[in-house]
Amino acid sequence: MSAIAARAEAGNTPEIDEVDQVVVRFAGDSGDGIQLAGTQFSTTAVVVGNDIATFPDYPAEIRAPAGSLPGVSGYQIHLSSHDIRTPGDSPNVLVAMNPAALKTNLPALERGGIVIVNSDAFTPLNLQKAGYADNPLSGEALSSYRVIAVPISTLNFKGLERVELPKKQLDRCKNFFALGLVYWMFDRPLEPTLRWIQAKFRNDDPVGEANAQALREGYHYGETIEAPSMRMRVGAATFPPGVYRNITGNGALALGLVAASALSGKPLFYGTYPITPASDILHDLSRRKEYGVRVFQAEDEIAAIGAAIGAAYGGALAVTGTSGPGLALKSEAIGLAVMTELPLVILDVQRAGPSTGMPTKTEQSDLLQAIYGRNGESPVAVLAAATPSDCFDTALEACRLALELMTPVILLSDAYLGNAAEPWKLPELSSLRPITISHPRAGNGFLPYARDPETMARPWAIPGTPQLEHRIGGLEKADGSGQVSYDPHNHEHMVAVRAERIARISQRIAPAFVYGAAAGDVLIVSWGGTKGAVFTAVDQLRKQGLSVAAMHLRHLNPLPGNVGEVLGRFRHVLVAELNRGQLLMLLRARYLVGATGLNKVQGLPFRVSEIVDAVRELLGRGRRHLRKEEKHGAHEDRGTGAGSDSALDARRLRFGPRSALVPGM
Amino acid sequence: MRWCPGCDDYAILAQVQKTMPALGIPRENIVIVSGIGCSSRFPYYMATYGFHTIHGRAPAIATGLKIARPELSVWVVTGDGDGLSIGGNHLLHAMRRNVGLKILLFNNRVYGLTKGQFSPTSEVGKKTKSSPMGSIERPVNPVSFALAAEATFVARVAAVDQDLLGKILRRAAVHRGVAFVEILQNCPIFNDGTFDSLTDRRTKTDRTVLLEHGAPLIYGRQRDRGLALDGLDLRVTTATGDGATSRLLVHDEQAPSATLAFLLSRLEDPVAVGVFRAVESPTFEDGVLRQERSAAREGKQADLETLLYRGADTWKVE
Repeated sequence: MSAIAARAEAGNTPEIDEVDQVVVRFAGDSGDGIQLAGTQFSTTAVVVGNDIATFPDYPAEIRAPAGSLPGVSGYQIHLSSHDIRTPGDSPNVLVAMNPAALKTNLPALERGGIVIVNSDAFTPLNLQKAGYADNPLSGEALSSYRVIAVPISTLNFKGLERVELPKKQLDRCKNFFALGLVYWMFDRPLEPTLRWIQAKFRNDDPVGEANAQALREGYHYGETIEAPSMRMRVGAATFPPGVYRNITGNGALALGLVAASALSGKPLFYGTYPITPASDILHDLSRRKEYGVRVFQAEDEIAAIGAAIGAAYGGALAVTGTSGPGLALKSEAIGLAVMTELPLVILDVQRAGPSTGMPTKTEQSDLLQAIYGRNGESPVAVLAAATPSDCFDTALEACRLALELMTPVILLSDAYLGNAAEPWKLPELSSLRPITISHPRAGNGFLPYARDPETMARPWAIPGTPQLEHRIGGLEKADGSGQVSYDPHNHEHMVAVRAERIARISQRIAPAFVYGAAAGDVLIVSWGGTKGAVFTAVDQLRKQGLSVAAMHLRHLNPLPGNVGEVLGRFRHVLVAELNRGQLLMLLRARYLVGATGLNKVQGLPFRVSEIVDAVRELLGRGRRHLRKEEKHGAHEDRGTGAGSDSALDARRLRFGPRSALVPGM
Repeated sequence: MRWCPGCDDYAILAQVQKTMPALGIPRENIVIVSGIGCSSRFPYYMATYGFHTIHGRAPAIATGLKIARPELSVWVVTGDGDGLSIGGNHLLHAMRRNVGLKILLFNNRVYGLTKGQFSPTSEVGKKTKSSPMGSIERPVNPVSFALAAEATFVARVAAVDQDLLGKILRRAAVHRGVAFVEILQNCPIFNDGTFDSLTDRRTKTDRTVLLEHGAPLIYGRQRDRGLALDGLDLRVTTATGDGATSRLLVHDEQAPSATLAFLLSRLEDPVAVGVFRAVESPTFEDGVLRQERSAAREGKQADLETLLYRGADTWKVE
C-alpha cells in the first residue's frame, strides 16, 4: 500500500498532504478527450517542477463504439518530487469516465486507491456494455477503494449553461471538468491549460470559452465536496541546472533529425507513409519548412524509402520513418542502400505484431527484422533509443553514422517511447558536435567505390559534379571501380567488406554502460524503451541487498566491444525484452552465454515489479513475492485474465528455457 | 552489360545519345534512373549520372532525387513490366503529382530479362512460356494509363521511327512537369514482330495516325482517311470530299481536358502516335520550393537555438 492509500485510509490528515510521488490514470472512451486531458495534466506537472513519466495507452479505433471495453483509452502519469524513470506500475488515482473505463482499469489500481467516476455515465446501457451485472457504484464491488462518484456530465452542463453551443458540444468539455477536479485534488494551477486553450482557440470561439469554463467548474466543484483528505501535493523535483522542456519520443526524433541537418549542413529529406505509431514524426517535420526540411508523404512504404534513397543519392540527409509492417515493405530497398553504400536513416517506431497486430501498442519484436530481415548478406547499423529524450541523441547518432560512414542505419524506437513524455534537459548548443562530410570534387581517375582506409566509406559523389559521372545500382560491384561484376571472388570480397564496414563501427561507439554492481550475481541486459523499468528494478533489488546490475544496449549492430567481457562478470544473465527472446538469441549465439530471457508480449511495457520478481526467482527467492501477488490479484492486470493457476502458467511461459547445454561464461 | 543483337533498345539509345548533347544541359546535371528489366540497363550505356535501382521503384527514387535537387534533369527509363506491373503504383503517383521527371517506358509487350513471360501489355491470347494456351489477361494501355493519371505531357512513338523519337525526346526534355513517353520497342528474341504493322514502311501509313497539334487527324497512304467524333467515341471517316474539313477532328494537345487525348489513346486501327497531351501545370517541385520560400518569408528563425530552445514551453532550473 502506498503512502497515499495509507493516509487516505487513516482519514485524519491535514487539508493537503505532501506526497513525494503519485501515479494518476485517466480513462474513458476513445472520443472522450482522455489523451488531451492527460497531456495537459503532464504539461502542468512539468511547469510546477515535477519529474514525470507518462504512458498513453489508446485503442487503434479513432472512435471505437462508445462505452465498449475495447474502446477505452488511457493516459497514465507518474509525477514525483524526485528522479523517476517509469510511468509507475499501479495508479494511486484512477479517473474513470464510464463503466468500461472502470472495468478495464480497476485491476491496475492499488488497493485503497482513489477512484473518481463520472456517475452520470453509469447508465444501464453502459453498465451492460461493460459487462457489469450490477452497478459497481452501489454495491460492495469498490469497497477496497475510495470512490468519489461525481455526476460530471450534469455538473458540466450546468456550469456551461450560458455558453451558446449545442448540447453535444458542451458534453465534449467534460474531460476538462474532470481535469479541473484533478487539478484541485493535486493543488495545481489552471493557468498552463488556460494558456493552451487561449492559444488553441480564437478569443471569440465559444468552444474555447466552454473548455476554459468547464476546467474552472471542475476545480470549483472540488472545493464544494465534503471529502476529507482528498487533496495532495507533489513537490518540485530537484533537477540538475539547465533549461528544460517536455518532450515525447516522436517529438525528440523529429528534433534530432532537424538538428542533424543543421550540424551536417545537409538539407533534411523525410520520405514516409502514414503509419501508427510513427505518424507524429511526419506531422512534426511537416511544420518545419523554414529549416529547409523537405517532407514527402509517399504513395506507399516502398516509395517512401525509395524517395529517401533518391534524395541521399542527390546529397541530402535522407530519412524514412515507419513501424514494423512498413519496415517489412522497405526491406528490398534497404538492400539497395546497402549495395549502393548510400547514407540513409530508417526509423522504426515498433508496435505489436505480427501483421497489423496491435498498432497502438508497444513491442520490441522488430530487432531481428532490423538486423537480418533482408535478402542476401545485408548488414546495417542498428541503434535503439532508451527514453523519450534519448530519441534526440539517438537520432543525432544515427544521422552521424549514416553520413560519416555512408551506410543505412536503422533506429528502433517503440510505441511506448514514441508517445510517452518526460522533462528533457536541453543540450548545450556548444556540446553538439558538427557532422563532417566531404564530397569529392571534379577530377580525373574517380573511383566510386574507392574506400577511406579507416572507415571503409566510399566517396559520396553527387550529381551535378562535373567529371564524376558514374553509375551505381543494385548489381554487385567491383570494389574500387564500382563496375558491375559477377566475379566470384570479388563477390565474396564485397560481402566481407560490407560486413567489415559495419563491424568497425564498434570501434567508434561508447562501451556498453553498466548500471549497478560492477560484477556479481545477476546482470540484466536490456535495450530500447525498457531502460527505465530495468534501472528502477536494479535500484529496488540493490536496496534489498541483492547483487544486481543492468547493461543497457543502445547499439544492437554492431554490439559494443565490451559486451562479452561484461557478460562474463555475472553469475546469471537475464535478458529482458518485449518479445520472445530476440536479443537473448543473439547474445547466446555470439557469446555462448547461458542467458535466460524475461519476455513479455502483451503490447505493454514492463512493470518494475515484473523485473524485480524475475530476478528474485532467478536467485531462488521468488516464492514469497509470487504469493503476495496472487493475493492482490495483480495477475489479472497481466492479461492472464484467470485464476492463480494460469498466472503461474503465464509466468512459466514468460521465461525462455534455461540452457543446460550452453555453458555459461 | 549488353542487350541482344538486333534489340530495338539500341535504336532508342542511339536517339537518346544523339538528342541529349543538343539539349544544352551539362552532362553532369543529367541523371538516368532505371528499375529492373532489359530497358533498365540503359544507364550503363550513358556517360551521365545513372542509378540502376530495383524492380518498379525507379519513379519513386527519381521523385526523391528531383525533390532534393530540382535543378537536375532526371530521366526514368522503365519497361512495360517494370513500370506497369510491379511499379504501376509509383508510375501513377509520379504522374499525378506532376513531378518533373522524363519517363521513357519501353513497351515490348513481354518480359524479356526473365526470358519470355506475358507482360501487362501483352495482348489477349498471347502465347508465352507462362501462357502456353494464350494470355487471358486484358492488357493495360500505357498512354491511357498516363492520361488517366493526368500526366501533363504524354506521347507514343515507335523506337525505329527515329525522327519522331528525336522530336518527342526534345519536347519531353523541355516540358515543365512530368513527361511520359511510350516507346514501342521490338524484342527480337521473345516477341519478334509485335509492332511490325505499325513500323513496316508498307503498312505504317495505313495503320498509324500521326498526331499534330492544330492539324486535322488524317492518315493513310493516300491521306484519304481521317478521324471524326461519333457520339462519345471516334470513328474513321473519309478525309476527302464534301464536308470533310468540317467533319474531321483537329488535334489539340493543349486541351485542358484529357478526354479527346484519351479517345485517341484507345484507337487500335489506326494506332495514334505523336504527342497526345502537352499542358502547363504547376510542378510538384515548384510547390515544394514555394512553400519553403513562404515559410522563410514569414521570418521564422531557423537555427539550432530556435529549434531546441524556442520551439516549446521551456523552464529553467538554477
